[in-house]
Formats: sequence, structure tokens, C-alpha cells
Amino acid sequence: MATAAPHAHAHGHHEEHANPTGWRRWLMSTNHKDIGTLYLIFSIMAGLVGGFLSIMMRIELQEPGLQIFANGQSYNVFVTGHGLIMIFFMVMPAVIGGFGNWFVPLMIGAPDMAFPRMNNISFWLTVAAFVLLIMSMFMEGAPGARGVGTGWTIYPPFASSGHPGPSVDFGIFALHLAGAASILGAINFITTILNMRAPGMTLHKMPLFAWGVLVTAFLLLLALPVLAGAITMLLTDRNFGTTFYDPAGGGDPILYQHLFWFFGHPEVYIMILPAFGIVSHIISTFSRKPIFGYLGMAYAMVAIGVVGFIVWAHHMYTAGLSLNTQRYFVFATMVIAVPTGIKIFSWIATMWGGSIRFTAPMIWAIGFIFLFTVGGVTGVVLANAGVDRSLHATYYVVAHFHYVLSLGAVFGIFAGFYYWFPKMSGYVIPDWIGQLHFWVAFIGANLLFFPQHFLGLAGMPRHYVDYPDAFAGWHFWSSIGSYIFAAGLLIFFYGLWVAFTKKELAGDNPWGEGATTLEWTLSSPPPFHQFETLPRITGSDH
Amino acid sequence: MTTPRPPVQKPVSHARTALILGGVAFGMLGASFAAVPLYDLFCRVTGFGGTPMIGTAATGTILDRTMSVRFDANVAPGLGWKFEPESPEISLRVGETKTVFYKITNRTDRPSTGIASYNITPEKGAAFFVKIQCFCFTEHTLQPGESLEAPVVFYIDPEIAANREMDGLKAITLSYTYFASKAGQPLAQSGAAPAKGDAAKSNL
Repeated sequence: MATAAPHAHAHGHHEEHANPTGWRRWLMSTNHKDIGTLYLIFSIMAGLVGGFLSIMMRIELQEPGLQIFANGQSYNVFVTGHGLIMIFFMVMPAVIGGFGNWFVPLMIGAPDMAFPRMNNISFWLTVAAFVLLIMSMFMEGAPGARGVGTGWTIYPPFASSGHPGPSVDFGIFALHLAGAASILGAINFITTILNMRAPGMTLHKMPLFAWGVLVTAFLLLLALPVLAGAITMLLTDRNFGTTFYDPAGGGDPILYQHLFWFFGHPEVYIMILPAFGIVSHIISTFSRKPIFGYLGMAYAMVAIGVVGFIVWAHHMYTAGLSLNTQRYFVFATMVIAVPTGIKIFSWIATMWGGSIRFTAPMIWAIGFIFLFTVGGVTGVVLANAGVDRSLHATYYVVAHFHYVLSLGAVFGIFAGFYYWFPKMSGYVIPDWIGQLHFWVAFIGANLLFFPQHFLGLAGMPRHYVDYPDAFAGWHFWSSIGSYIFAAGLLIFFYGLWVAFTKKELAGDNPWGEGATTLEWTLSSPPPFHQFETLPRITGSDH
Repeated sequence: MTTPRPPVQKPVSHARTALILGGVAFGMLGASFAAVPLYDLFCRVTGFGGTPMIGTAATGTILDRTMSVRFDANVAPGLGWKFEPESPEISLRVGETKTVFYKITNRTDRPSTGIASYNITPEKGAAFFVKIQCFCFTEHTLQPGESLEAPVVFYIDPEIAANREMDGLKAITLSYTYFASKAGQPLAQSGAAPAKGDAAKSNL
């Protein structure tokens, strides 16, 4: 307390704040808003690449037989690239690097991130990782083929003895760099949130998006090093004669699966928790009510994060677990439905009796709740070891995790984008464009993924380039859905074009009285350096 | 964490937070490598993933329940050995100690060294399958054309009768795969302490 003396306008070192211009502003940026913008642009670019790969997959699967791929291996290279790009270079940079960098400091009343230069390193490491991953698609992989065709899980022995070429090594290095970037980013976020909240902003008054990013950062910090260890062992198995995963030398390929999924399951919450936060703010803003059950919402995210670490083997029911082990993982997995349910019902309760405005961000957020719930319900189905015995690695699983990620996380990202775009750019995207984009994306995505439940129940396995004629009908409609969703992206880009050409000014707070968090007290776009004088949080709103 | 603090710009405390968090990250990295010996230990203690137990002496109790044990023998590509059990299946009483011989022949024209990995199917049975002695504990070098009769001595733990999950278990398959021994790999430290040296388990 002795050191907590007056500080309102006495910045310890009041050096001149630099306002770099030109390429220096972006390449050497230490400004959280600029870095956030870079992350968002990068995420859109990577999303286009990952989306291109998935459209190629859907063109291939539109009819039985081989259309555009020479064989299953090259098809699986596209599957792998799509998965890794969408997870590490689209969703994570968008929700954590993009919105996290932009709005965590604004929401907690901080002038910037705790380590601005480390923030810059995180971003450029991510770009380098993306380049390595793209390179891996063009390197020799399996004999006579290019690229990594293992799926995003990179299981040995297919990823070791099955891919003698260097492509898997490039993929591993890409994950190393992306992982290092995310760990540095996580350290930055946790330090910022724990140490740099404005006076009066206690943790229990902190906006839910900051809570989501805080929990996510802890998950990153605990999970990503395990992935790094697992793939480092894979790397030495491949190149230096170790046998961590090779039974010929006393190793065990199942060990890799345990390590991978110890990372992999928290990873899915890493992707969705910030989206939970975004949706909470949007629902609250456009219902003109504070979020229902704020503390329950915050601690539900903490609970999801904690329990997320002890359910990993539900990805491995068919790998030979004893019945008691399976029973435990079934139970623990289903427990996650409880905090998730708290969140869903609290969102609904927030809307209940509210003065709801169905703006573009709001309908994206409501779409998120609906789609995420569908994905959550199929997740409870898959949590049953007995059911999973039949559905493991089928399109039912594909449909499930696309409902929670492609439809959940991505709808959360678009909701956040339409919500915060006026704040970030200062310009307005006409609301009808966001709404039209929503309906096209909603119809397209459901047509794309809902039939995949039927395919999976009928026995269509994942990672196959071809299928019997019996599956042709639903595959056809699924492909049509993917084209509709892609067409929705054109509307999205049209909206950006309109915003930046018409330059209709948004004003400080375009959303009115419901938008209560600190970012709406600033100008749009916010000044290059905000909160030179720290805001004091006195009320009880969060 | 919620006590009042100087509002901003405390580089010392930032550095300390970051240092702690960095330590956590490195700790998790270390834990992922520590998982390798721990997982190995875990499998050997619990029989997880089909890892049979290793015992030192025969058990005293022999039950009336009989089970059959099937023997499976495989050779990994590249070794060029012939490897087969003297009989594909035997029947024994639970608790009874049995010895079964495998015949190993080097059919190539050069000396080679191999080591067998092994596991149990169904995997849940592994916790009750106890080996007292096994050729698979050590690696073997065979001259061209040389043959070896190699024993495995084992019993089925009478504790199996106390486990309801094992009530329907009538047969256990013991599977071996011979691999070319990788140079410099201490697959099995010779003889002395089989339980410790035996890293050559397979859960394939």
C-alpha cells in the first residue's frame, strides 16, 4: 500500500510516445491495436487459404469417384492443411491475437499490453509458422506424394515411418513456432490482465471477454508445451533414431495419442472460450441488460477450462482403454455439459425480458448459441464410449466438431467482427449486409454440416477421398452448402468494401445504451495511445 | 490478487509475473517428457495397454478355473528371422506355472540381433498375466542359420477370480513381434533386473 501512492497523472517515465508511420508502424509495431489489426488481417488471409482447401475437398466429395485429386493421400494433405490452418492460423489469431489484443487492454482500462514488443514477436512468429506449414504442403511426404497427409493429429507411425520425406518436419516446425507464439501471447495476456487493470476494476468486475481470454491464456500456457514436447519427440523419432513412439525400440505410439490429446482437448476450449466472451457482450448490449449471472458465467468458463484438462482420453475410446477408464472419461466429459449449460441458459436469461434489437451482431450471436448448442448435444452423444465405438472417426464426429468450431467459433468471430468493426475502423458496415451475410452463412453452414450427421450414422468414415454410391445424396447437398457458405464470404467482403469506400462514421458508441464496456467510452477508432489518464471504475457494471 | 496495487507501469512486477508464467510453460514442457518414463512405469504397474506383469516366483494357489493361452509370433520386416511357438495354444489352470518354447531361426546369411516386444490381448487381461522368465527380456544375436529354443515361463494370477470384469475372459493371447535391435538402444538391460530393464513392451 505504501507504494500505491498518487498515480493518477504521474506516469513514472513520461517519454514521448512514438507515432511510427509507414511500414515501420506495421512491421515493428508495438501497439496493441495495430497488432490486433495485423492478426485480424492475417486470420482472414489464412481463413481464405483454409477455406480454399475445404472447398476443394467438397468439390471432390460432391460425387462418388475421383474428381480432382489423384489419390487419397493428396486429398488427406488438403484435409490436414485445412485443419491445421483453420485452428492455428484462422480461429486462434482471430479470437486471441485479433480481438484479444484489440479489446482486452481497452476493456480493462490499460494503455497497452504488458509486453508490447513480445506482442510483435508473437505475431511475426505466427506468420513464419504459417509459411512453414504452407511449405510443408509442397515438400515430399509419403513416398511418391507431397505434403502431410496425417490429419491434424499427426499420429505416428503414419507420421513417422509413413512419411519419410521432410514435409512432416516442416509441419512440426510450423507447430513449434505457432506454439511458441501462442505461449508468449498467453504470458502477455495473463500479465496484462493480472497487473494492468484500471483502478477499481477488480477481477469480479472485469468484462466477460477479458475473463474468456484470461482462461484461454492459462489453457494455452498449460497445454501448448505438452504439444511441443510430443511433436519434438516425434521429430527425434523421425530424424535422430529415438524410439519414443516406436515399439521396435520399446516406445509406444499410444503415448503420442495421450500427449496429443492432453493438448488437443484444451485446444478446442482455447478456440471457443473467447467466443463465449464475445457473445456475452453482444447479447447483453442488444438486450439492453447486464449479463445474467455474471459470476456464474465467469466461473463457468474457469470450470470448463479446468475440466477440459481431464477428459482427453474420450478421443481414444477405441485405442484400448479398460472399461473403468472409459467410464471415468465418459463421466468427466459429460460433466462439461454442466458449466456449458450454465452459459447457454444465462445467455437466454439475459435476453429474457430484454429490449432486444436484432442487429447483425445480435443475430450472429444468437446463431452462435443455437449452433453451438447443436454441436454440444452431439458432443454429449459422442461422450458415450459405447456410442463412440460405432461413430469414432465417422462424419458424425466431423459434423460435431464443425458445429462447435466452424459454426460456433466462426459465428462468434463474425459476431465480434460486426460488433466491433465500427469501433476498430470508425466506419459502419450497413446492417443489412451483416444480416444478409448471416442468413446465407447460416443456411450454407447448416446445409453443409447437418447432413454429415446422417453420413456418419450411416457409416461414412473420415479422411476418405471416395465413398460408395449410397452416400452420394447427402454428400452432394453438403457440397452445395459449402458453396453457399463461401458465397456468404463475398457478402462479407462487400460489406468491408462499402464501409471503407462510403466511410460513414460510426461515432463513439454506435450501439447505444446497452454497450457499457470501456471501449465504447473512447472515440472510434480509439486514439493511438488510450487511457493516458487511467479510468476509475466505480459502479458495479461489468 | 485483488488487493489494491499501483495502477500501472510496474515493470518489476510484470517481469516477475512473466517469469512465473514462463516457468509454468517450461514445467509443462518438462512434464511432457517426464510422461515417457512415467507412462512406461504406469503401464508396467497396471498392465495398461496390454503390458503383462513380471514376477519373480510361481504363485502358491492354483484354482479350478481353466483358461487357454494362445501364442502369436510375428517378425517385423527387415529382420529375416523365422519365429514360431511350439504350439499355438495351451490350456492351463489359473495359478499354474507353465513353460512354452518358441523356436527362432536366423534365415539370412548374416548375423543379426533382434529383440521381441510383446503384449496381451485382450488388454484388460494383462494385469493378471505374469511372466517369470522370458526370452523377450534380452536381445539375441543369431549367426546365419542358427536356431534358438527360447522359453517363456508364466502363470495367470489367481487374483483374476476376484475381478468381475474378467469373469467372461476365457482366453488370453500373448503376442510377440521380433524387431531388429536398433544400435545403441538399451532395449533390455541384460538379465539381471528384468522388471527394470524391460522397456520393450508394445501396445501396438
